[in-house]
Amino acid sequence: MLRDQVQALCKEHVPPETLRELITANAPWQPELWRVMGELGLLGAAIPEACGGVGLTYRELAIINQELGRAVAPVPFFSSICMAAEAIRLAGTAEQQARWLPDLATGKRVATFAWAEPSTTLLERPLATTIEGDRVRGPKTPVPDASVADLCIVLADRGGEDCLAVVELDQDAVQRKPLHGFDELRQHGAIDFRRARCEVLEAASGSAFTAALFDEFATLLAFEQVGGAEAALFMARDYSLDRYIFGRRLGSYQAVKHKLADILTALELATANALHAADTLAKGGPDSRAAAAAARIGATEAYETAARENLQVHGGIGFTWEANCHFHYRRARLLALSLGSVEVWTDLLIDALADAANPSQAAA
Amino acid sequence: MSDHAQDEDYRLEVRAWLAENAAEYAEPREFPEAELVARSKAWIRRKHEAGYSAIAEPVAAGGAGGTSRQAAIFEREEARYHTPTFTGVGIGFAMTMAAIKGHGTAQQYEHFGTLTHRGDITWCQLFSEPAAGSDLAGLRTRAVKDGDNWVVNGQKVWSSWAHHADWGILIARTDPTVAKHKGLTFFLVDMKSPGVEVRPIRQITGKSDFNETFLTDVVIPDANRIGAEGEGWACCMTVLATERGRTRSARAGGDRSGSVRSLVRQAAATPRQGGSALDSRAVRAKLARWYVREQGLKNFGKRLDEQARSGGGFPATVALVKLVSATLLQETHAFLMDLDEYAGAFSSDAADREEVFYQYLWSSAMRIAGGADEVLRNQLAERVLGMPGEMRADKGVPFNELPY
Repeated sequence: MLRDQVQALCKEHVPPETLRELITANAPWQPELWRVMGELGLLGAAIPEACGGVGLTYRELAIINQELGRAVAPVPFFSSICMAAEAIRLAGTAEQQARWLPDLATGKRVATFAWAEPSTTLLERPLATTIEGDRVRGPKTPVPDASVADLCIVLADRGGEDCLAVVELDQDAVQRKPLHGFDELRQHGAIDFRRARCEVLEAASGSAFTAALFDEFATLLAFEQVGGAEAALFMARDYSLDRYIFGRRLGSYQAVKHKLADILTALELATANALHAADTLAKGGPDSRAAAAAARIGATEAYETAARENLQVHGGIGFTWEANCHFHYRRARLLALSLGSVEVWTDLLIDALADAANPSQAAA
Repeated sequence: MSDHAQDEDYRLEVRAWLAENAAEYAEPREFPEAELVARSKAWIRRKHEAGYSAIAEPVAAGGAGGTSRQAAIFEREEARYHTPTFTGVGIGFAMTMAAIKGHGTAQQYEHFGTLTHRGDITWCQLFSEPAAGSDLAGLRTRAVKDGDNWVVNGQKVWSSWAHHADWGILIARTDPTVAKHKGLTFFLVDMKSPGVEVRPIRQITGKSDFNETFLTDVVIPDANRIGAEGEGWACCMTVLATERGRTRSARAGGDRSGSVRSLVRQAAATPRQGGSALDSRAVRAKLARWYVREQGLKNFGKRLDEQARSGGGFPATVALVKLVSATLLQETHAFLMDLDEYAGAFSSDAADREEVFYQYLWSSAMRIAGGADEVLRNQLAERVLGMPGEMRADKGVPFNELPY
């Protein structure tokens, strides 16, 4: 099964010892795992067969991302596959898909997706980055996996409208600067586009399209968070069963049992919401925004709680470099901020529910 | 014909039958208790005659011998109406039948199944006692063997709707000399037996949904024992697992009153300086979190149902449904009062606050009945996460040597 396959790969290529080595070496990723994933067709799971992919749905993407989240795997899967390749698939013409997607499917090239700008939150407009003709200009930061990416899908303003463009990063008019981040296993950078050459994805544009695209990203990211939350929960459970304190197992104390039961509950609801969002988005329809927002908020809070309380259950040792708690403690925070905070999604959710309750006002 | 086409045919047939037979229940109606009970039974009888009662159960047990898919289709279609039902129906159809099926004889299942699925009798549950709630196995009601009969003495509480029940499912102690879980036996008791006295308990809501049931020298034929002597605890577990599964869709979201969508609407309609209550960040944050939980329950419930339908039964995670839904009910109804500030604590012609008061009060019982929050958390930790059971002072100690 797909899930087992990804789990086995992560166990082999990115066990916790490897994660620690990568951080120490300041390495931005684990290219060997990426290469194997490409060979096995995991990177091309949702890329159309005509473009060198496997042509499955993005439910498969979700499963892969969930398992990578569980392992805190240092590969640019969310950036290159969940965001960039999906953006090309959904906004690119057939010709553009055929040009850009095959190399992403094999893993030969890595792409990322740049939406954030220094002074805006998700979906806030206007964008400072603008496109004129085949040139893009403006600052994008933070951009995930910026240092390992060959291509970047840039969200920019063209004549007052959202539009997406592919930029080859290896050109003089692109300046990349690494950012010192909180989670060094997913490095970010600032990219300054100085009238860089770009190719606009012409099949879809506009703010409604961007919003729908972010709903999909949020849903896929929720799976990564749910995977991480599950790992943190079971790490805490396992430790609580090993560790004895005052003559009994740590996990026999009700304070610990109830804490973990509450995390389990949040995790089960978050998983159900993520699965529902994946189904809703696959079908399309008016409830996509609410479903995606519920998935995003639920998964963010489940992962953050699981990561924090996992460290807490470990006690002092949880605070050390040698314990594996910090991978999730950092990653949970990073993912909470990676695609609009809970506060931003709260507004998106409540506005969607309010609009649905009062359609006439929404149209106005 | 494909499964799908067959399902569609069945759905249309059900729809037509309901249109003809359930027309008087198209809109919600309130009935006095006794009338509700009578109408509930009459409705089951009508479904039974048409082959729609206990659809997936065998004909010999009063069912229709259909499939669980058909049962699910009928349930969904019937849910479009407000057909009469009360607690005693669910206790019979789901919990009592699960116990008899799982632990009783085929003959018992056919006999009581037929009576129940035909609408002849409804049931109540005689489990909890004044000193045995979460610690149910500490119950003291005694059943003593007397020839082919048992003689029962004791006191039960929280028996929902017992004053309208024809029969009850009863757990009693048959052997006080063994450890407490081991000395229990499960019985079916005719509520019209001499010595059964049902007294209403006035609740926090002012209503009396629950009762105390006093059992004084009540005679139960041994034929109405379910399972072996000493198997009572296992029977109870079957019943309680079924009960928890049934609460799964208690709050399914949508746009009903009390749903988060309706709270959003009400907040938007509540004026605050220069705008509405929905402009408040604090309000939005609460609504969003409740929506995540409400939809999470709904989506989780769908998965549980699929699992249960494919024959897996309910997994132990089902305990989280009531854990989340009861608190959600409490918090959202407190919020509905908050929206109106000081006035929220008082009745009003403009708002249906009596219903809000009632739900808020009722939620306090929901957090206790059928497994208190704390018990459910223990269950999730122990049965799902495999964490150790509680340290117990009563383990392996014969019941009659336990301190009170």
